[in-house]
Amino acid sequence: MNKIYMDNAATTPVRKEVLEAMLPYFGEYYGNPSSLYQTAAASKKAVENAREQVAKALGAKTEEIYFTGCGTESDNWALTGAAEAYGKNGGHIITSAIEHHAVLHTCQYLESRGYDVTYLPVDEDGLISIEELEKAIRPETFLISIMLANNEIGTIQPVKEIGLLARERKIIFHTDAVQAVGHMPIDVNELNIDMLSMSAHKIYGPKGVGALYVRKGIRLKSFMHGGAQERSRRAGTENVPGVVGLGKAIELITAEMEEENKKLISLRERLIEGLMSAIPYARLNGHREKRLPGNVNISFEFVEGESILISLDFKGIAASSGSACTSGSLDPSHVLLAIGLPHEKAHGSVRFTLGMYNTEEDADEVIRELPPIIEKLRKMSPLYEDFISNQSYAHV
Amino acid sequence: MYTEKVMDHFMNPRNVGEIEGASGVGTVGNPKCGDIMRVYLKIKNSIVEDAKFKTFGCGAAVATSSMATELVKGKSIQDALKITNKAVLEALDGLPPAKVHCSLLAEEALQAALWDYSKKNNIVIEGLKEPVPYEHEEELVEQE
Repeated sequence: MNKIYMDNAATTPVRKEVLEAMLPYFGEYYGNPSSLYQTAAASKKAVENAREQVAKALGAKTEEIYFTGCGTESDNWALTGAAEAYGKNGGHIITSAIEHHAVLHTCQYLESRGYDVTYLPVDEDGLISIEELEKAIRPETFLISIMLANNEIGTIQPVKEIGLLARERKIIFHTDAVQAVGHMPIDVNELNIDMLSMSAHKIYGPKGVGALYVRKGIRLKSFMHGGAQERSRRAGTENVPGVVGLGKAIELITAEMEEENKKLISLRERLIEGLMSAIPYARLNGHREKRLPGNVNISFEFVEGESILISLDFKGIAASSGSACTSGSLDPSHVLLAIGLPHEKAHGSVRFTLGMYNTEEDADEVIRELPPIIEKLRKMSPLYEDFISNQSYAHV
Repeated sequence: MYTEKVMDHFMNPRNVGEIEGASGVGTVGNPKCGDIMRVYLKIKNSIVEDAKFKTFGCGAAVATSSMATELVKGKSIQDALKITNKAVLEALDGLPPAKVHCSLLAEEALQAALWDYSKKNNIVIEGLKEPVPYEHEEELVEQE
């Protein structure tokens, strides 16, 4: 087991209070919420209570919250469901180049079904431009899907402005908020959001449960067909313990957000400053301020990400990388390429995502352990060798 | 996901470095796919007396470089040519399927170094083909 876990954007542990809230719904209250008898009443009540908890955290109405199997399902449903309902004869979708694959690959699927998709570029900080978004809108545009905060570099998009523009043009606005929920205040009305995807396991809840907020009045075709669960829009027996866990997790993280964010931002700054001052030829990826409280993403030139991760793992530190070698593909992260990093710098990126269980000591240990790892790998790197010899030629 | 041998050769790589006035140097791979290997060989009387490497790449790339240079030391040129990716893979007790291309790079780097040696000395090594030229990206050192 890693003694320092800094991959909270990948997943988080289920916190004690959440687990305790879930436990009775595995055994004691096992009823199917759709049944009529008393055993089922507790399950039904628990699901509706969780729906209220989620709605409250997002400033939504309870009947606008639908439980799903995960954040990916929420994204798939929002996009394909809207396409079927609003883009019957094809139509146009606008998204960004740095979306999570749950959105990107769904858009590619929709392209194969005859829809047109515009992938907005981002600037070097990972921000889309409202002007470019406006220019991309066509008469047949029915959906804009732009993530609230990026999972790799933590950049927070100008969602309120995007939503406003979408509303003026009568276009549906969906946002993937899987990374943002619990880490920044979200009010779907204030931010002009029509659909929002979220997941439980990123906020100390269980894996296997997510939610989709769908503004009242939005027609959304069903994605799962079967029973009348979720007001006939998402069939399948409810994951009652999971849903209870999601409700409890979002309630807790929302209540603690202000205090927790202060701590996370201070840890983040400690880690960024510590690493950037200790290691030369490093670049912080993502926006400096418009950034998730727990996100640190740095490219270390001349070295490759996977070898950094294995070396960190050897020291008991868990992090992730945008290198191709960690994804199983030949290309490095599409997000890092989209912000303009050349391939070799994208390969050398490491992401640390902080969470509620990280301490200052954790940050200090990473600041102690990482510089010698980078130094060792650079001594091994032909790119570094070329760089140094070119530099000395330049001095002659 | 890596075998113990791979982990050992990654954490304690053998033969890291350069050889001053090497008999042959070969660089293969490119920064785009995130793997670059450079092998230095010292050859005397048709025997590989020493081998060193520098590698930019993942754990598997480093481990295969380390193992390939270990295997080539002391070999005749003809035997050095027989160090295939399969031989490197076997010596490391295997690699995950997605990483097998890294062992290919080790074989190519050895052959590129031998090719360089043959060109420098104007000799023909039977069975040795010209390596794919290394795509060096000039902008690499010019940025920022």
